[in-house]
Amino acid sequence: MKKLILTASATAIAASLSVGAAAARDQIQIAGSSTVLPYASIVAEAFGENFEYPTPVVESGGSGAGRKKLCEGVGENTIDIANSSSRIKQSDIDNCAANGVTEIQEVRIGYDGIVFASDINGPEYAFTPADWHNALAAKVLKDGELVDNPYKKWSEIRSDLPDQEILAFIPGTKHGTREVFDEKVIIDGCEENGTMEALAAANGGDEDAAEEACMALRTDGVSIDIDGDYTETLARVDANKNGIGVFGLSFYQNNTDKLQVATMGGIAPSVETIASGEYPVSRPLYFYVKNAHLDVIPGMQEYIEFFVSDEIAGPDGPLAAYGLVSDPELAETQEKVQNRTPMGPLE
Amino acid sequence: MTDLTATPDGAAVGSKSGSLFERGARTRRRHAAERRFRMIGLAAVIFAILALVGLLGSILSNGLSSFRQTYVVLDVYLDPAKLDKTGDRDPAELQKLTTFSYAPLLKTAMETLIEEKGISVDGASSKDVDAIISKEAAATLRHFVLANPSSIGETVKFDLLASGRIDGYYKGRVTMETAELDRNVSPQQLMLADELKAAGALTTRFNLSFFTAPDASDTRPEAAGLGVAILGSIYMMLVVLVLSLPIAVAASIYLEEFAPKNRLTDIIEVNISNLAAVPSIVFGILGLAVFINFAGLPQSAPIVGGLVLTLMTLPTIIIATRAALKAVPPSIREAALGVGASKMQATFHHVLPLAVPGILTGTIIGLAQALGETAPLLLIGMVAFVREFPAAPPGGFFDPASALPVQVYNWTQRGDPAFVERASGAIIVLLVFLVIMNGLAIVLRRRFERRW
Repeated sequence: MKKLILTASATAIAASLSVGAAAARDQIQIAGSSTVLPYASIVAEAFGENFEYPTPVVESGGSGAGRKKLCEGVGENTIDIANSSSRIKQSDIDNCAANGVTEIQEVRIGYDGIVFASDINGPEYAFTPADWHNALAAKVLKDGELVDNPYKKWSEIRSDLPDQEILAFIPGTKHGTREVFDEKVIIDGCEENGTMEALAAANGGDEDAAEEACMALRTDGVSIDIDGDYTETLARVDANKNGIGVFGLSFYQNNTDKLQVATMGGIAPSVETIASGEYPVSRPLYFYVKNAHLDVIPGMQEYIEFFVSDEIAGPDGPLAAYGLVSDPELAETQEKVQNRTPMGPLE
Repeated sequence: MTDLTATPDGAAVGSKSGSLFERGARTRRRHAAERRFRMIGLAAVIFAILALVGLLGSILSNGLSSFRQTYVVLDVYLDPAKLDKTGDRDPAELQKLTTFSYAPLLKTAMETLIEEKGISVDGASSKDVDAIISKEAAATLRHFVLANPSSIGETVKFDLLASGRIDGYYKGRVTMETAELDRNVSPQQLMLADELKAAGALTTRFNLSFFTAPDASDTRPEAAGLGVAILGSIYMMLVVLVLSLPIAVAASIYLEEFAPKNRLTDIIEVNISNLAAVPSIVFGILGLAVFINFAGLPQSAPIVGGLVLTLMTLPTIIIATRAALKAVPPSIREAALGVGASKMQATFHHVLPLAVPGILTGTIIGLAQALGETAPLLLIGMVAFVREFPAAPPGGFFDPASALPVQVYNWTQRGDPAFVERASGAIIVLLVFLVIMNGLAIVLRRRFERRW
């Protein structure tokens, strides 16, 4: 009797599990960057409204995590699309190939600007990348010598900056935004103010080491890493009116009543200046598609085409209205998506 | 009496022979210590209450407004020239028409309304007029037309959501000053909204869709609701209840009544207590590895969430059940055995029924704990933007869904400040569920528990 019950329940559990595995998934599963998430959810919502397919499920969790999930393998319990705010890495491609995910499409959806914003009632700032390097780097060039960062106030760096204490809330290292910040602000600033040269000389001409040293930020509490998202940065700026936060353009545009934006190199960030390339701190946003799932998951091809259509991703579409800088080469992307062109090796 | 009070030179104060009416130094010290302790205790209670009041106050003040929502009452002419060019009301053709084609209808309807009511605000552009209505409205319209194709060509009255900023204006979140600076709303729009309200075309009323509608994207905070999250949480709790109650009761009865007391059962006992203290994220990692990667269950599904939460609540329920069984006096068992009942009969006919209130209390508290859990769901893909309602059970257990605490977490990350209100509203809903469950546990305990 006991044995009978045991076998019966075991079969029941096995049956229920196999039902779950066999039930075809009819919703597209997307995961990845929290920067791309708002755009992806806007598209998913419009897609669910306008097509007979169900609304895709969009998960956040970070660009790296999304790409890792994409590369877990082929099959219905793996995701179909990974959103990413930085380009896929060779290690991801290798990982994908090892798990049988061979054909991946790279779709660039547009550009995202990174802005520096402070409390709306504080003074106005006009920065250059060099100012930021001087403010945040561990070692800076002062009177021709490399010294530990002595600056306490912005006005000490450049006399026409406001007489306010330096306090910066920058994205933590797990964010894709930090990569762009390091590259386009800190390293460029390092070159601009001549610290790079001095560091290279100190390292015996080794430029990689100099770049590494450029990115070393001071640890005396002036530069604060925010590992949460922009809402946390906003709360910090709100609590400490001297603070300057690093935000995405779309987040700033939704909070223009609390924040004022600083110019960078004399250019104010806007969809136009980023599209033209005048505003220096921006980056492309991508999503990566697992081609093997294209004809298995219903509506996947339609979703991708809908995402990059002029109606959605074009300059007058809802994504641009939310703060995405639309890609001038959108037509090319549309064509690639139509032909399901997988990405080639990284150049 | 006089003798006592008049003790001549008073023996050393506080000594045995001291006055009963005068406190000795030692007594005073002891009394002072007691007073100090009482003060500290009282201060601790006051601190806890203040913290609770502060928390509830901030949540309620932020969140209560989410239960009300501003709507625009609008007559929309469903123009056949725009919606059905062929004129044959072919459903396939109508299906192809996207919400982008419906937006102009709303714009025309808004302009007509403003004209009819004779409203004019200096400097208000047609874009300002258009943006008073939520972007969700076009979808509402399309949905209606697809369901009633015959209504094309008629003028239909709709209650459409006002945009999040206009709604925020009537909730005090947006003011004329902030509108001046805000890129998404202009003071002209707010003046227009005021005029419309005076004309009766703008109403604020109870927001039922907050409980029934699914989540919405960042551009439509006004349309975001808890529907999918509430349903997902209910599904998960069902799975947890169905799985954990029988398993936990069986395990506890065996351990308490039948198992031999030896080293092995001691080890099991220690391990159960340890499991109850394991951080919940660990169960999420386990769930990802076992249920999704190994067993091949789908991502983001309530069944996986339920299984993970079952593992998490099992130790809690087992511990509560064992305590309830232990509380039944041995005399009951002995009496049953004494009149010839088997051990199983004694347990199931006499001990278990008496332990049921304790078991139920433990189960409900375990469920309440599982209801508020987010961390394990993070890894199994339930922290996601889900708009589709899961189907009816059992099939729906395998459809993607969200959960209440997850929805709170999601909304606090959104850029639009209107989501702060939504998140606080969701917290209130979650708290109400928790209070109901804990209240039920207390009632059960009061009603049915027997003390010996």
